[in-house]
Amino acid sequence: MQVPIEYYLILSAALFVIGIAGVLIRRNAIVVFMCIELMLNSANLTLITFSSYLGNSIGQIFVFFVMAVAAAEAAVGLAIIITLFRNMQTVSIDKFNIFRW
Amino acid sequence: MSLEFVLFIIFSAVSLSSAILMVTRINPVLAALFLIVNFASLAGLYLLLNAQFIAIAQVIVYAGAIMVFFLFVIMLINPDFEKRFMEEKAKFKIFAVFVSLLVFVQIAYIIFFSQPSEDVSRKVTASIQAGTVEQIGRTLFTKYILPFEAVGYLLLTAAIGALVLAKKKLK
Repeated sequence: MQVPIEYYLILSAALFVIGIAGVLIRRNAIVVFMCIELMLNSANLTLITFSSYLGNSIGQIFVFFVMAVAAAEAAVGLAIIITLFRNMQTVSIDKFNIFRW
Repeated sequence: MSLEFVLFIIFSAVSLSSAILMVTRINPVLAALFLIVNFASLAGLYLLLNAQFIAIAQVIVYAGAIMVFFLFVIMLINPDFEKRFMEEKAKFKIFAVFVSLLVFVQIAYIIFFSQPSEDVSRKVTASIQAGTVEQIGRTLFTKYILPFEAVGYLLLTAAIGALVLAKKKLK
Protein backbone atom coordinates (compact mmCIF):
# COMPACT_ATOMS: atom_id res chain seq x y z
CA MET A 1 0.00 0.00 0.00
CA GLN A 2 1.39 3.35 -1.05
CA VAL A 3 1.33 6.31 1.31
CA PRO A 4 -1.33 8.77 0.08
CA ILE A 5 -0.12 12.28 -0.67
CA GLU A 6 -2.55 13.73 1.89
CA TYR A 7 -0.65 12.09 4.76
CA TYR A 8 2.56 13.88 3.85
CA LEU A 9 0.73 17.19 3.42
CA ILE A 10 -1.03 16.84 6.78
CA LEU A 11 2.29 16.01 8.47
CA SER A 12 3.83 19.09 6.90
CA ALA A 13 0.88 21.25 8.00
CA ALA A 14 1.16 19.90 11.55
CA LEU A 15 4.88 20.74 11.71
CA PHE A 16 4.16 24.23 10.36
CA VAL A 17 1.46 24.79 12.99
CA ILE A 18 3.75 23.62 15.79
CA GLY A 19 6.26 26.18 14.51
CA ILE A 20 3.60 28.92 14.62
CA ALA A 21 2.67 27.97 18.19
CA GLY A 22 6.34 28.05 19.16
CA VAL A 23 6.85 31.51 17.66
CA LEU A 24 3.80 32.78 19.57
CA ILE A 25 4.55 31.13 22.92
CA ARG A 26 8.30 31.33 23.36
CA ARG A 27 10.04 34.47 24.59
CA ASN A 28 13.65 33.43 23.90
CA ALA A 29 14.84 34.93 20.61
CA ILE A 30 17.02 31.91 19.77
CA VAL A 31 14.16 29.43 20.28
CA VAL A 32 11.87 31.64 18.18
CA PHE A 33 14.53 31.44 15.50
CA MET A 34 14.61 27.63 15.76
CA CYS A 35 10.82 27.54 15.36
CA ILE A 36 11.20 29.55 12.15
CA GLU A 37 13.67 26.91 10.92
CA LEU A 38 11.03 24.27 11.73
CA MET A 39 8.48 26.13 9.62
CA LEU A 40 10.95 26.40 6.71
CA ASN A 41 11.49 22.65 6.92
CA SER A 42 7.78 21.89 6.81
CA ALA A 43 7.53 23.96 3.62
CA ASN A 44 10.47 21.95 2.24
CA LEU A 45 8.61 18.72 3.02
CA THR A 46 5.61 19.92 1.00
CA LEU A 47 7.82 20.88 -1.95
CA ILE A 48 9.58 17.51 -1.96
CA THR A 49 6.28 15.63 -1.63
CA PHE A 50 4.89 17.27 -4.74
CA SER A 51 8.20 16.90 -6.55
CA SER A 52 8.20 13.17 -5.84
CA TYR A 53 4.54 12.53 -6.61
CA LEU A 54 4.65 14.49 -9.88
CA GLY A 55 8.01 13.02 -10.96
CA ASN A 56 9.52 16.48 -11.46
CA SER A 57 12.87 17.50 -9.96
CA ILE A 58 12.31 21.28 -9.96
CA GLY A 59 10.77 21.18 -6.48
CA GLN A 60 13.95 19.62 -5.11
CA ILE A 61 16.08 22.32 -6.74
CA PHE A 62 13.88 24.91 -5.06
CA VAL A 63 14.44 23.15 -1.73
CA PHE A 64 18.18 23.38 -2.35
CA PHE A 65 17.85 27.17 -2.72
CA VAL A 66 15.66 27.36 0.38
CA MET A 67 18.38 25.56 2.35
CA ALA A 68 21.02 28.03 1.15
CA VAL A 69 18.82 31.00 2.09
CA ALA A 70 18.08 29.42 5.49
CA ALA A 71 21.81 29.04 6.16
CA ALA A 72 22.42 32.70 5.27
CA GLU A 73 19.47 33.77 7.40
CA ALA A 74 20.70 31.75 10.40
CA ALA A 75 24.17 33.30 10.15
CA VAL A 76 22.93 36.89 9.97
CA GLY A 77 20.14 36.38 12.54
CA LEU A 78 22.39 34.80 15.14
CA ALA A 79 24.95 37.57 14.61
CA ILE A 80 22.19 40.11 15.29
CA ILE A 81 21.16 38.19 18.43
CA ILE A 82 24.77 38.18 19.66
CA THR A 83 25.04 41.93 19.08
CA LEU A 84 21.74 42.57 20.89
CA PHE A 85 22.87 40.40 23.80
CA ARG A 86 26.13 42.30 23.99
CA ASN A 87 24.30 45.62 24.17
CA MET A 88 21.32 44.69 26.39
CA GLN A 89 22.46 41.57 28.33
CA THR A 90 19.27 39.67 27.44
CA VAL A 91 17.70 37.70 24.57
CA SER A 92 14.08 38.10 25.68
CA ILE A 93 12.05 39.45 22.77
CA ASP A 94 9.90 41.41 25.24
CA LYS A 95 12.93 43.56 26.08
CA PHE A 96 13.87 44.29 22.47
CA ASN A 97 12.07 47.59 21.96
CA ILE A 98 14.94 49.79 20.83
CA PHE A 99 13.28 50.45 17.47
CA ARG A 100 10.31 52.00 19.23
CA TRP A 101 10.32 55.79 19.42
CA MET B 1 0.87 -2.85 5.40
CA SER B 2 3.97 -2.28 3.35
CA LEU B 3 7.38 -1.37 4.70
CA GLU B 4 7.03 2.10 3.21
CA PHE B 5 3.91 2.75 5.25
CA VAL B 6 5.49 1.47 8.47
CA LEU B 7 8.56 3.65 7.93
CA PHE B 8 6.35 6.65 7.18
CA ILE B 9 4.46 6.17 10.44
CA ILE B 10 7.69 5.80 12.45
CA PHE B 11 9.39 8.84 10.93
CA SER B 12 6.34 11.06 11.15
CA ALA B 13 5.71 10.08 14.79
CA VAL B 14 9.33 10.88 15.66
CA SER B 15 9.27 14.21 13.84
CA LEU B 16 5.95 15.32 15.35
CA SER B 17 6.85 14.33 18.90
CA SER B 18 10.30 15.91 18.69
CA ALA B 19 8.77 19.14 17.32
CA ILE B 20 6.28 19.30 20.20
CA LEU B 21 9.02 18.54 22.73
CA MET B 22 11.18 21.25 21.16
CA VAL B 23 8.47 23.89 21.61
CA THR B 24 7.67 22.88 25.19
CA ARG B 25 11.17 22.54 26.65
CA ILE B 26 12.26 25.55 28.73
CA ASN B 27 15.97 24.75 28.37
CA PRO B 28 17.12 26.05 24.95
CA VAL B 29 19.90 23.44 24.66
CA LEU B 30 17.32 20.64 24.95
CA ALA B 31 15.14 22.42 22.40
CA ALA B 32 18.05 22.56 19.93
CA LEU B 33 18.80 18.85 20.45
CA PHE B 34 15.15 17.92 19.78
CA LEU B 35 15.24 20.06 16.65
CA ILE B 36 18.23 18.00 15.45
CA VAL B 37 16.18 14.81 15.99
CA ASN B 38 13.35 16.41 14.02
CA PHE B 39 15.67 17.28 11.11
CA ALA B 40 17.07 13.75 11.04
CA SER B 41 13.60 12.19 10.86
CA LEU B 42 12.71 14.63 8.08
CA ALA B 43 15.78 13.38 6.20
CA GLY B 44 14.35 9.86 6.55
CA LEU B 45 11.05 11.07 5.10
CA TYR B 46 12.93 12.64 2.17
CA LEU B 47 14.56 9.26 1.51
CA LEU B 48 11.10 7.65 1.51
CA LEU B 49 10.12 10.21 -1.13
CA ASN B 50 13.13 9.17 -3.29
CA ALA B 51 14.90 12.51 -2.80
CA GLN B 52 18.42 11.22 -2.09
CA PHE B 53 20.31 14.44 -2.69
CA ILE B 54 18.06 16.57 -0.50
CA ALA B 55 18.13 13.95 2.29
CA ILE B 56 21.93 14.07 2.42
CA ALA B 57 21.93 17.87 2.16
CA GLN B 58 19.41 18.01 5.01
CA VAL B 59 21.69 15.99 7.29
CA ILE B 60 24.84 17.91 6.33
CA VAL B 61 23.47 21.46 6.15
CA TYR B 62 20.70 21.50 8.76
CA ALA B 63 21.51 18.82 11.32
CA GLY B 64 25.22 19.40 10.86
CA ALA B 65 26.08 23.03 10.16
CA ILE B 66 23.10 25.16 11.18
CA MET B 67 22.27 23.36 14.43
CA VAL B 68 25.92 23.33 15.55
CA PHE B 69 25.83 27.08 14.97
CA PHE B 70 22.68 27.40 17.09
CA LEU B 71 24.12 25.30 19.92
CA PHE B 72 27.30 27.35 19.82
CA VAL B 73 25.38 30.62 20.21
CA ILE B 74 23.17 29.18 22.98
CA MET B 75 26.21 28.07 24.96
CA LEU B 76 27.87 31.44 24.31
CA ILE B 77 25.11 33.55 25.83
CA ASN B 78 23.25 31.01 28.04
CA PRO B 79 19.84 32.61 28.49
CA ASP B 80 17.74 31.42 31.43
CA PHE B 81 14.68 33.58 32.07
CA GLU B 82 11.68 31.92 30.42
CA LYS B 83 10.31 29.93 33.35
CA ARG B 84 8.82 32.96 35.02
CA PHE B 85 7.05 34.10 31.86
CA MET B 86 5.59 30.63 31.26
CA GLU B 87 4.12 30.58 34.77
CA GLU B 88 2.78 34.13 34.73
CA LYS B 89 1.06 34.23 31.36
CA ALA B 90 -0.88 30.98 31.06
CA LYS B 91 -3.68 32.66 29.11
CA PHE B 92 -1.28 33.68 26.36
CA LYS B 93 -0.38 30.02 25.83
CA ILE B 94 -4.03 29.07 25.36
CA PHE B 95 -4.43 31.90 22.84
CA ALA B 96 -1.38 30.73 20.86
CA VAL B 97 -2.61 27.12 20.76
CA PHE B 98 -6.05 28.32 19.64
CA VAL B 99 -4.58 30.42 16.79
CA SER B 100 -2.37 27.57 15.57
CA LEU B 101 -5.26 25.07 15.70
CA LEU B 102 -7.32 27.48 13.60
CA VAL B 103 -4.54 27.65 10.99
CA PHE B 104 -4.24 23.85 11.04
CA VAL B 105 -7.95 23.39 10.40
CA GLN B 106 -7.77 25.79 7.46
CA ILE B 107 -4.81 23.98 5.87
CA ALA B 108 -6.41 20.55 6.45
CA TYR B 109 -9.62 21.77 4.83
CA ILE B 110 -7.67 22.90 1.76
CA ILE B 111 -5.76 19.60 1.58
CA PHE B 112 -8.79 17.32 1.82
CA PHE B 113 -11.50 19.28 0.03
CA SER B 114 -9.71 20.95 -2.86
CA GLN B 115 -9.89 19.64 -6.41
CA PRO B 116 -6.41 18.69 -7.66
CA SER B 117 -5.62 20.14 -11.08
CA GLU B 118 -3.39 17.20 -11.99
CA ASP B 119 -3.33 13.47 -11.31
CA VAL B 120 -1.03 13.05 -8.29
CA SER B 121 -0.79 9.27 -8.05
CA ARG B 122 2.89 8.43 -7.73
CA LYS B 123 4.74 6.91 -10.68
CA VAL B 124 7.65 5.17 -9.01
CA THR B 125 10.20 5.27 -11.86
CA ALA B 126 9.61 8.97 -12.59
CA SER B 127 9.85 9.71 -8.88
CA ILE B 128 13.18 7.88 -8.52
CA GLN B 129 14.47 9.52 -11.68
CA ALA B 130 13.60 13.00 -10.39
CA GLY B 131 15.52 12.62 -7.12
CA THR B 132 18.89 11.32 -8.28
CA VAL B 133 22.00 13.42 -7.80
CA GLU B 134 22.74 13.27 -11.54
CA GLN B 135 19.36 14.68 -12.49
CA ILE B 136 19.47 17.49 -9.92
CA GLY B 137 23.07 18.37 -10.80
CA ARG B 138 22.31 18.48 -14.50
CA THR B 139 19.29 20.76 -14.04
CA LEU B 140 21.11 22.94 -11.52
CA PHE B 141 24.15 23.53 -13.70
CA THR B 142 22.31 24.08 -16.99
CA LYS B 143 18.89 25.64 -16.57
CA TYR B 144 19.37 27.13 -13.11
CA ILE B 145 23.00 28.24 -13.28
CA LEU B 146 22.17 31.93 -12.74
CA PRO B 147 20.18 31.39 -9.49
CA PHE B 148 22.95 29.04 -8.37
CA GLU B 149 25.59 31.77 -8.77
CA ALA B 150 23.26 34.27 -7.08
CA VAL B 151 22.96 31.93 -4.08
CA GLY B 152 26.75 31.80 -3.91
CA TYR B 153 26.91 35.58 -3.71
CA LEU B 154 24.10 35.57 -1.13
CA LEU B 155 26.10 33.22 1.11
CA LEU B 156 29.22 35.36 0.71
CA THR B 157 27.25 38.48 1.65
CA ALA B 158 25.74 36.72 4.65
CA ALA B 159 29.16 35.59 5.88
CA ILE B 160 30.58 39.11 5.59
CA GLY B 161 27.46 40.59 7.18
CA ALA B 162 27.61 38.18 10.12
CA LEU B 163 31.29 39.02 10.67
CA VAL B 164 30.61 42.76 10.60
CA LEU B 165 27.60 42.46 12.93
CA ALA B 166 29.26 40.25 15.52
CA LYS B 167 32.47 42.29 15.67
CA LYS B 168 33.17 44.08 18.93
CA LYS B 169 33.35 47.65 17.73
CA LEU B 170 32.77 49.27 14.38
CA LYS B 171 35.41 51.78 13.31
